[in-house]
This record gives sequence, C-alpha cells and structure tokens, in this order.
Amino acid sequence: MTAAVAQAPPAERVHYLNAEYGIRSWLLTTDHKRIALLYLASITLMFFVGGFMAVLMRLHLIDPAGGLVHPDTFNKLFSMHGIIMIFFFLIPSIPAVLGNFLVPMMIGARDLAFPRINLLSWYIYIVGAVLTLTAMVSGGVDTGWTFYTPYSTTYANSQVMLTAVGVFISGFSSILTGLNFIVTIHKMRAPGLTWFRMPLFLWAMYATSIIQVLGTPVVAITIFLVGLERIFHVGIFDPAVGGDPLLFQHLFWFYSHPAVYIMILPGMGVISEIITCFSRKKIFGYTFVAFSSMAIAVISFLVWGHHMFVTGQSIYAGLIFSVLSFLVAIPSAIKVFNWTATLYRGSISYQAPMLYALGFIGLFTMGGLTGLFLASLATDVHLNGTYFIVAHFHYIMVGGAVMAYLGGIHFWWPKITGRLYPDTWARIAAAIVFLGFNLTFFPQFMLGYLGMPRRYATYPAEFQVLNVMSSAGASILGIGYLIPLVYLFWSMRYGPIAPANPWRAKGLEWQTDSPPPTVNFETPPVVTEPAYSYGPPGTPQEGAHD
Amino acid sequence: MTDAAMEHTAAHPRFLAHHFTDIEQQFEAGTLGMWLFLITEIMFFGGLFATYAIYRLMYLSAFEAGSHLLDVKLGAINTAVLIGSSLTMALAVRAGQTGSRKALIVFLILTMLLGGVFLGVKAHEYHHKWETGLVPGFHWGPTEEVHLHPEAALPHVELFFCYYFFMTGLHALHMIIGFGIMAVLVWQAARGRFDGGYYSPIEVSGLYWHFVDIVWIFLFPLLYLIGGRY
Repeated sequence: MTAAVAQAPPAERVHYLNAEYGIRSWLLTTDHKRIALLYLASITLMFFVGGFMAVLMRLHLIDPAGGLVHPDTFNKLFSMHGIIMIFFFLIPSIPAVLGNFLVPMMIGARDLAFPRINLLSWYIYIVGAVLTLTAMVSGGVDTGWTFYTPYSTTYANSQVMLTAVGVFISGFSSILTGLNFIVTIHKMRAPGLTWFRMPLFLWAMYATSIIQVLGTPVVAITIFLVGLERIFHVGIFDPAVGGDPLLFQHLFWFYSHPAVYIMILPGMGVISEIITCFSRKKIFGYTFVAFSSMAIAVISFLVWGHHMFVTGQSIYAGLIFSVLSFLVAIPSAIKVFNWTATLYRGSISYQAPMLYALGFIGLFTMGGLTGLFLASLATDVHLNGTYFIVAHFHYIMVGGAVMAYLGGIHFWWPKITGRLYPDTWARIAAAIVFLGFNLTFFPQFMLGYLGMPRRYATYPAEFQVLNVMSSAGASILGIGYLIPLVYLFWSMRYGPIAPANPWRAKGLEWQTDSPPPTVNFETPPVVTEPAYSYGPPGTPQEGAHD
Repeated sequence: MTDAAMEHTAAHPRFLAHHFTDIEQQFEAGTLGMWLFLITEIMFFGGLFATYAIYRLMYLSAFEAGSHLLDVKLGAINTAVLIGSSLTMALAVRAGQTGSRKALIVFLILTMLLGGVFLGVKAHEYHHKWETGLVPGFHWGPTEEVHLHPEAALPHVELFFCYYFFMTGLHALHMIIGFGIMAVLVWQAARGRFDGGYYSPIEVSGLYWHFVDIVWIFLFPLLYLIGGRY
C-alpha cells in the first residue's frame, strides 16, 4: 500500500469532489455520487437521532419502575425510534448511499438513467424527514411504528397525521430510487456486462428495487386511507362505523413485511462483494446467490400474515402464511451456505470490512433462525409481543443490515472519499460493535422467552439483571458507532491518499480513480470476464490490478 | 464523451442527455421508466380497489343503493369522452413519430379539450352530490330528492360515497396532472422541440394518459353500474 501512496497523482487531479465548489454545486447536483453523499449526511443524522432515543429507552429500563421518563414519553420514544430508524435510516441506507454511488459505477455507466429524478428523490426524502422531525418536537407520536388503527385513528392523541404525512412522502423517495435502479440496470450496462456477469450487489439492488416499486405504493394508499378516515370520520378501519381494523394490518404488512427485505437484501449484496474480495475467491454458486435474491423478493410478498397469527385471522390463512414464511428461509439459507463455502480454502484477510461481513453472517444467521420460531404458529402465540421479537428483528436489522452498511461504508470509503481510514481503529470499532450488539440483544431473547412484553415502560423486578445487561451492551454499542464517526470524518481531511484499488478488488468501480472523475470512467469500460475473477493465489491473475 | 465539442453533432444530437450512449438507449430508458411508474400507480390504485372490493362484499346492498344515486348517463358520456381522448392522444403520438408539428399540436389540444370536458362533467356531478347532501363527512345529509330512493337510508351508503369521492377524486387529480403535462408538450412542440425525430416525451405522456383512461374504464362499472338495474 505504501507504493500505491507514493504513486498518488498530484493534488490537482480533477474528480467529482473538487470539480465544483459551493453550496449550489451540491444542492443542485445531478451527479449520482454527490447525491449519494447528500443521502449519507442525511441518514447519518437520522441514525443518531433514532439512536439517541434508543439510549434514553435503555437508560429508562435499567430500573424496573422506569424512573427516567413518563410512561407516555416512553411510548413516544419507542414509536419515534422505530419510525426514524426504519423509514429514514434503514430503508434508504444501503440503496440510497452505496447503491446510488455504486450502481452506475459497477455497470460502467456515467450516471443513473434519470439523474434529475434521483436528486428529486433526495429532496422528497428531506421533506418527509423534516415533517417527521417537526412532529417529533411538537409532541411526538405514540402509536408504535406500525400506526395500528385505532391507535392512529379513534384513539390518536399525538402528532399522528403529521408523522404519517412525513412517512407517506418519504415513500415516494424510495419508489423513485427503486425505479431509477431498475431502468439503469436494464438499459445502461457496459458492453460485455451480461446479467450473469453482474456483481451480486447489483442483483441485490435489483431485487430490492422491485420490492420498493411494488410494495411502497400500497403503504402509501393505506396511510392515505387512514388520513381520509380521520378527515371524513367514515368507517374504513373503524369498527364503530362498520370498518375493519384488521384490514389496516393486512395492508400495512403487505408492504412492511417486504420492507424488511428492502432493508436486508442490499446488505446481502454488500456481503457478497466483501467476502469474495477478502477471501480472494470467486463466489460459490453465483447463480444460486443471484436467484435467491429474486426468490426473496417474490416470496416476501406472500408472508405478511405471520405478523397476524394472534389477531384472529383464519387458522387456514395462518397455516399457509406459516408455510410460506418457512419457505422464505430457504433462499436466505442458500446465501449463508454459499458465503461460508466461498470462505472455504480462501486466502482470508481480516481487514475492517471483512470483520463486519463475518459479523453479519453470524448475527444474520441467529436472526434468521429465531425467525423460524415466530413463523411457527404454536411458538408464536407464546413469543408474539415479547422481547423475543425485539431481539429477533434487531439481529436482522442491526446485526444484519447495519453491520452490512458499515462494512460497505468501510469497503468503499477509499473509493468514495479518496482517503484511507486508520485500519486498526476500524477493526477495534468493528469488534466493539459486535460485542456491544450481542450484549444488548442476546439478553432480550431470554427476556422475551421468559415472557417480558415489549413496549412497556415498567417490568417486574425479576427481569432486572437481563435488562441491565442489555442497557450496558447498548452503551458499548453506542461507543462502537461513535468511533467510526470520528475516524471517518478525520480521514476525509487527514487520511492517507487512497490508491484506485486499495483492496485489489474486482469490479468496474475499482478500475477508475479514487475518487472517481465526474464522468466515472475516462474511457467507457468493456467487460470481458465474469464477476469475482479472483484467480488462485500465486497466479498473475490473483487480484490483478494495474 | 468529453463534452461540449460533441454536443451538437449528428452523433450526439441536442436532445440526447450526456449520460446516454445513443438515442435508442435514452428512448428505451424513458419508456421503461414510465412503464415502471405505471406499475407503481397500479399498486397504488390497487390498494384502493382491494379495500373497495372488501367493503362491497360486506355491504353489498348499501353499495348498490349508493350506485343507484349516481347519474349513469353522465358517467357513460364521460366514458365516451375519455375513450375519444385516448384516440386523439394516440394520433398525437403518431404525429410525433412522423414529425408533423401541426398535427401534433392539434391532437394534443384536442386531447386537452376532451379531458376538460370530462373534468367539467365531473365537476357538475360533484356539485349535484353537494346539493343533495351526498358528500361524506363535510356535507352528509341526503335531501328529500334522494329519499325518493328508499334504500338510500341504508347505513354505509356514506361509505360508498366515500369511495366514490376517493376514487374519482384521485382519478381526476391524475387527469389534471395529465392536463399540465399536455400543456407543456404543446408549448415545447410549438417551439419545435420535436422536429428532429425526437418524440420520447410524447410517447411516455401518451402511456400515462392511456393509463388514466384505463383506470376510469374500471371505475365506471365499479361505481355506476353495480346493482344489476340494467
């Protein structure tokens, strides 16, 4: 790497970051790379806002009597934590930041198909975020992130409408991003880049985009109907005037279960890139991994009823939803097995991105397997509405999606900023995140199994030890998230200059300079080999980078 | 593609955005983008249609009674008007393809006129519903005239009218947006933007307009014709 640093070009090289200066050049940019950075700044802010609420909740729960905040405030904390983390961090995280930056780079294009729509999607996101934050500071919302009726209609006593409008609006940002990616991947691949030569990150983004395009409009119309019910006072979801509150849950989960895969599928794409690079091997079973993403996208639309096993839906519907939910575990398992098989006899090195990727595999596997308990009708009756659920989806969303996001940020950071970050600090942070995460959420599995319900501001004293463990883990986890914030900021100014391909990785994005020029590639690339052509160690082909 | 020099050559005509390799790629991307957008619209209206279907099953007689309070003649006229506007839109796309500026502008304006007739009739219907107290929430309280239909007193007729206003209102909103798009196209056509064999915006706007028409083709029977009185 020292040699690479020495050959770094003089500082005058024009790239996308220094091509133009000034606030206008950012706020009116149509460059997908700059829009990715706009998103990066916005979602990082939202992540720490949502994280701050988690900190308050964990502090509150140290004491069984819950002395820190009023129980009503506690309701608002977990509601706003969920709303911000899901709609304003997790859903845009990998697609809007890494996807925006990488999709055109990985297919050898100059930009996304619709650059202005791309910028529009960021503005829509900002409007939605501002409305939601306004709702938060002007009283908050206490319905839970699910906006279940009648909490959100008949018995609403907080800023439900303003928050719902914010979420409604931000949904269109997600739709536009997905639409842009699908068209770009279909129509703008470089010569020679066939579908089955594409990096698996692109397959994952493609599958994600399909869910965004098909699912998000349904939650939009659902929120719209809630709004109309509140304005007109007619019975759409209100049983008092003939509406059906369960219909809301059906419509909501028709989107929100696939939305879980909007959050995890991109992470799976990132992991495929990192695992192959740091074990210097072709992915094991490329087509299986690619099609498993598509299978997840399709099956994800057929499993929503497993959120409703205890709502009194038909037992036969429950049976079918249970079977289908087990089915969705198969493509997920295929991925985990194939990543593991890729590691087998690879030349593995443990830089920071790889630590995150390995952490992902372990935590995602635990999150996935505990999902099977919830897909089983009988065990779900016991576990539904307990901390077991909280632990399960945090293993997927935080242990999975956030780990993959951080791994991806560390992997592509040299490409995005043109700077290297201190690897030792990054490894320490990855280890702290892994430990802190497990200490936070593993006790919650036990709490849930023992019967502690979620969303309560107080609990019986017998649960205190596990709760204190969880809160202690959360503080470690918080430190683990703050360390990268510090050294990544530091590296933007003081980090060593990054070479074009610091990891000797494959993929078109590594063949251009770091940071890339505004046009991405000075000469349009042509693809002549499959993805991940990492040769056997020792051959000239191995990690070839010239 | 280092740029400005190539900007206006034949290989890189002025309407080709710089991030596309050629005009064909740009055209295909635009068309695919519009089809995907229409899929999101189908899912959007689909949610509304699904809940409509559920409540129609639950409260069939109320929905039939509500349907009897709509003016099926006006609905039929509007259906014909809208299908006519689809024809003029298709002719506008053809005029764009053949590069005939005059025909393009004429057909676009005709489409706008027919759209305007539709919205006018719709406004008349809304006004009538207001006068007879059939606007849910704000102005509910069916008048004497309505009570000539004995079933109108059924509970949940208000719910039917809720759906009537949501669905036709959302549809009318799409028409108004289409109206705006058409106005921009006329302005661009008058300035000669589409003279060089470039008609992608007309084509994708046409797709949008036809989609809005198809939504109405579903709305008309669902709202006006249920109840088996014909």
